[in-house]
Amino acid sequence: MAQEIDKNDFEQNEVVVDRVSKAYGTGQFAKPVVTDCSFSLQRGKLTVMIGPSGCGKSTLIRLLAGFEAPDSGTVTMNHKPVSGPSKERLVLFQETALFPWLNTYDNIMFGPRARGEDTAETKATVEKLLETIGLTAFRKKYPSQLSGGMQRRVELARAMINDPQVMILDEPFRGLDAMTKELMWEYYARLFESSQRTHFFVTTDIDEAIFLADRLLIMTHIPTKTTAIVDVDLPRPRKLTDLFESERANEIKMKALTLLHQEAMKSFSGGSKAAADFVDAYAKRKTENGKQA
Amino acid sequence: MIRTARNHLSDLKKQLFGQSTARALFSIIVFVLIWELGSKSKDWFGFVTPWLGHVPAPTDVIKVWIGLLTDSSYWQSWVMSFLRVLAGFVTAMVLGIPFGLAIAVSRISYGIIFPSFEVLRPIPPLAWVPAAIIFWPTQELSIIFVTFLGAFYTIVINVLGGARAIDLRYFQVAESMGASKWDVFRRIILPGTLPSIMVGAAVGMGLTWEVVVAAEMISGGGGAVGSSGGGLGFFIWNSYVGGSYEQIIVGMISIGIAGFISSAGLRKLGELCTPWLRKR
Repeated sequence: MAQEIDKNDFEQNEVVVDRVSKAYGTGQFAKPVVTDCSFSLQRGKLTVMIGPSGCGKSTLIRLLAGFEAPDSGTVTMNHKPVSGPSKERLVLFQETALFPWLNTYDNIMFGPRARGEDTAETKATVEKLLETIGLTAFRKKYPSQLSGGMQRRVELARAMINDPQVMILDEPFRGLDAMTKELMWEYYARLFESSQRTHFFVTTDIDEAIFLADRLLIMTHIPTKTTAIVDVDLPRPRKLTDLFESERANEIKMKALTLLHQEAMKSFSGGSKAAADFVDAYAKRKTENGKQA
Repeated sequence: MIRTARNHLSDLKKQLFGQSTARALFSIIVFVLIWELGSKSKDWFGFVTPWLGHVPAPTDVIKVWIGLLTDSSYWQSWVMSFLRVLAGFVTAMVLGIPFGLAIAVSRISYGIIFPSFEVLRPIPPLAWVPAAIIFWPTQELSIIFVTFLGAFYTIVINVLGGARAIDLRYFQVAESMGASKWDVFRRIILPGTLPSIMVGAAVGMGLTWEVVVAAEMISGGGGAVGSSGGGLGFFIWNSYVGGSYEQIIVGMISIGIAGFISSAGLRKLGELCTPWLRKR
């Protein structure tokens, strides 16, 4: 089931990860985190990577972003090997890092201003973004005056205005409460749909994954490699209500869950507490879903 | 949230008639009362209180003070001390902030400058007074120099610490969006250090007042004739030499008020410079 990279992939995809391995530590203490991992990001599509916590997803992000180089294998973006960070591959990190001394508007304008693109056109784009994330009235507020969910939205907008060819998001909605999280999915989906750029989204939340994804990558426990690829062929624009009612969505979810469950069980037998929690949580959800159906 | 004029008015009312004002008044009244009673009576409940008995009573102090309010040389002392504090403090800010930033951002300048800085820093500004009087052409300049030293080290240390404590993620985010080194400096390091600069300035301002008064006493008020050009420190010293104990107390309280005014002004300035730290 794991993906094999062939020549066609380099033509069709924006980013290709080809048999990449990465280990930390040296000699006999070397711990392989990513082993022989291959996948690709389709141009203009949203690829979601999901896997048990602590499975090396963050390492893959650093490799993709160019913060680190793989031990073997290659990461290529539009035929060019990735050799370092670039503003064409913007990473949105887990924790909020808005500039506390800038208000909402100035935070979003940071990138354009740094590049000397403080034009009328950019300003119009900011206005549109503010409207999309529903924060037009909060343009003059400082981050400390915004709620957690609002801060994440500003952060999304601040990244999206730079219009990078590839957006990489590392569990951006982790830590938000359930209601806020669901709202964030809708805001983010809207932003993605209007951007028409390639997005790579990492999460541990199956509902989030299915709601957002065009394609789902399911990862193994450490050492990480791709176990399976599930295409999420739900129509866009998506609505949360559709997700819960759609039979196709539930089908995909069951398929993904079965695969995830197997992976989680493996790591569970490896003694990981995080993985055990993961299994529990999903087993519970599964039965709840079963009752609903 | 929009704050209306009525809100402001009720805030003011709360401030003027609130519990904290009542406590402050109570504290001052009790303090003055004990002082008055102590200085008027030779013994308290059978205990002799010579240490309090020699202090002029607050009523006498106020009488002398009222007389001084129309005395231009008293006000001249205020002006002189204020000017010295301002000159020393502003110089310390103007030199200290760039200096602190330079050793914060450049490993080389840190390595070259910081060791000497750390040797000079523990020397109390007042230890510099004799040297300053010898080195500088006028007494006025030597007083300002010593005042400057009082604030300089504190400001530099705060700028250095503040710049180093800026969250690494801000740099990562800025760089990933294509910000140049200059952008990172003026859009991240500068605003990120501003709160620490303000803390350094507040502490520095307090030190400046301490130092200026002592320097004025030691150097004899900048060599000015009489008590008019000497500043508040020399005003106190002169009153002591002249035997006017009430004036000593007036001078002391004046310094307290002057220091309070400078700190309040600085705090206001700090709030204007760092609007993002304001409470909602």
